[in-house]
Amino acid sequence: MRTMPRKARAELRGRYGVYGGRYVPETLIPALEELETAFHEARRDPAFTAELEQRLRTFCGRPTPLYFARRLTEALGGARIYLKREDLLHTGAHKINNTVGQVLLAVRMGKRRIIAETGAGQHGVATAAAAAAFGLPCEVYMGVEDMERQALNVFRMRLLGARVIGVEGGSRTLKDAINEALRDWVTNVRDTFYVFGTVAGPHPYPEIVRTFQAIIGEEARRQMLDVEDRLPDCCVACVGGGSNALGLFHAFRDDPTVALVGVEAAGRGLATGEHAASLTAGSPGVLHGAYSYVLQDAGGQVLPTHSISAGLDYPGVGPEHAYMKDTGRARYVAVTDEEALEAVHLLCRTEGILPALESAHALAHLNTLAPALGPDKLVVVGLSGRGDKDVHTIAKAVGEDVGDRR
Amino acid sequence: MSRSRAAAGTGRSAARRAAAPTSTAALRDNRLVRVLGAARAAGRRVLVPYVMAGDPDPAATERLVELLVAAGADAIELGVPFSDPIADGPVNQRAGFRALAGGMTLGGALALVARIREHTGVPLVFMTYYNLLLHHGLAAFCREAVAAGLDGVITADLPPEEGDVLVAEGGAAGLATIFLLAPTSTDARIRSVAGASTGFIYCVSRTGVTGVRDEVPPELAELVGRIRAASETPVCVGFGISRPGQAREVARYADGVIVGSALVRMLEEDPEDLGRVGAFVRDLKAAVSDR
Repeated sequence: MRTMPRKARAELRGRYGVYGGRYVPETLIPALEELETAFHEARRDPAFTAELEQRLRTFCGRPTPLYFARRLTEALGGARIYLKREDLLHTGAHKINNTVGQVLLAVRMGKRRIIAETGAGQHGVATAAAAAAFGLPCEVYMGVEDMERQALNVFRMRLLGARVIGVEGGSRTLKDAINEALRDWVTNVRDTFYVFGTVAGPHPYPEIVRTFQAIIGEEARRQMLDVEDRLPDCCVACVGGGSNALGLFHAFRDDPTVALVGVEAAGRGLATGEHAASLTAGSPGVLHGAYSYVLQDAGGQVLPTHSISAGLDYPGVGPEHAYMKDTGRARYVAVTDEEALEAVHLLCRTEGILPALESAHALAHLNTLAPALGPDKLVVVGLSGRGDKDVHTIAKAVGEDVGDRR
Repeated sequence: MSRSRAAAGTGRSAARRAAAPTSTAALRDNRLVRVLGAARAAGRRVLVPYVMAGDPDPAATERLVELLVAAGADAIELGVPFSDPIADGPVNQRAGFRALAGGMTLGGALALVARIREHTGVPLVFMTYYNLLLHHGLAAFCREAVAAGLDGVITADLPPEEGDVLVAEGGAAGLATIFLLAPTSTDARIRSVAGASTGFIYCVSRTGVTGVRDEVPPELAELVGRIRAASETPVCVGFGISRPGQAREVARYADGVIVGSALVRMLEEDPEDLGRVGAFVRDLKAAVSDR
């Protein structure tokens, strides 16, 4: 369908079909150009690649296992389900793959200060950990509503030496944290490196984050060939901004027999309007520097979102997902808060694994997907993070008092 | 492909095309182009106040514009509020959220321009964010804007390489497209922005967002000099210019001075005290005129 040279040209301009681009204030354009150049030079430098590989192995805990979920497979009565265990990584989620890569890049570029945004706090914690490991000061922007529901991660960031800056503006969630981090970067652009957490944002961030997360799919593909001697029939991952999904999908993009399914947050139900399903229920627009699907009103104002999972509670999505939706290479579905919670319980009881609420969205889709595929098929699910951070939210949802919540 | 690409407002050779001359017959009749062009030719400096459209309601903005014109504004920037204003500091963010809460939209702002246009010939320019224009449709926006009496648009998050469709539609309709330059801009970017900008070039005084600051950066004069050497288009400086003394200093080397947050903050403190606002704008005008 596509030839490699055309694809390479499109990437040089930061476009995925019509999506992507660089819609930011002029002040940041030279910084993005500098970042793009530095990133491509680093990728070609064997010393950079070697150090990244070594850090991923010894600091982050790669490779992560591909785990056959036997009891979950039996419970759902269909396709054989494998879990790609990013939840076992240092700091508890796939986010560390990207933050170690970007902080290493920041060091190489001589930047003296790290900033980041965070929603669930996982990207913030992963950035704080990487910054500490390389001895750089780190400031993390976080919506005050997210600080409330992810209080544990706020404290973890502080323990790791980061300063957490509460964002009061707008909807007080991830979207507003990104706005504030961009304002900081515009102001301190000369010495500051902005560690962006997902495959969205202005070019070259979607490409940088995908590159650092692609190791998820590269390992999973190799591991599946080792264990089953063939490729999976389907890969499933949750999509907020879309970094873990793209990380899993990318290695399979040219394998036409492998279906790719992204699962968005339907919140209280798509019909209620209280959700975060940008691809399923949004329309194309420009948010945070890129042209992609956005949840917006009739006048182009970005809408408030809802998801029980702070990491999926975002009205935009990475531009490459928009492209994969339009071309049909991936398809996107949405599951509700309630379905995600049920999936948490199911995985806990069948496999002894507590998944993050984000990852539970991907698991919830298996209820319909696994039986529909049937027992001859193989599915890989991106288990992007562990659920320890969500214990309070889950307890609250089931009406349980775990005691130490303010 | 080409249709959806036009919808995204992007083009294959955007940077190259943006560098080409953009003056059109329709733009020669544009009020902003005429007023600022004549001022530059005469060596006269201009004052461009900024207020948020619909803060706190459209009628207030209508009264305010009348006052600004009487106090000596040469052109007026109207902010059109967006939910995610990444180039704005806290003062303009709050003004935008007040305007949004009051129901202001892009269509509402155009209707406001049409009402203002019944009373004054002062050049009017929107300052907003790209998604609002894109969602409205770029060609439709440019046509409706000119019909309402708007003269130009500043899009805070649109660099010229993503802006070729807006430049072309604006040129055809007679709407000036103003792009921004910053202290981080290279000479190549100055050429690209100068090629795409009509009416004036918006020079951002410092790295950062809109807001009130205490000093004018010492390196600003050199930046404005580089831009003026590269283009015949007038150069107006904004971001952080908040006092008559600063305005006077900037007017020594720039064609115009834009004052936003200081005015917006004054209105936030007391929306009724128009006498204070009028006096402030008259002081700014005097400072800009006798630099």
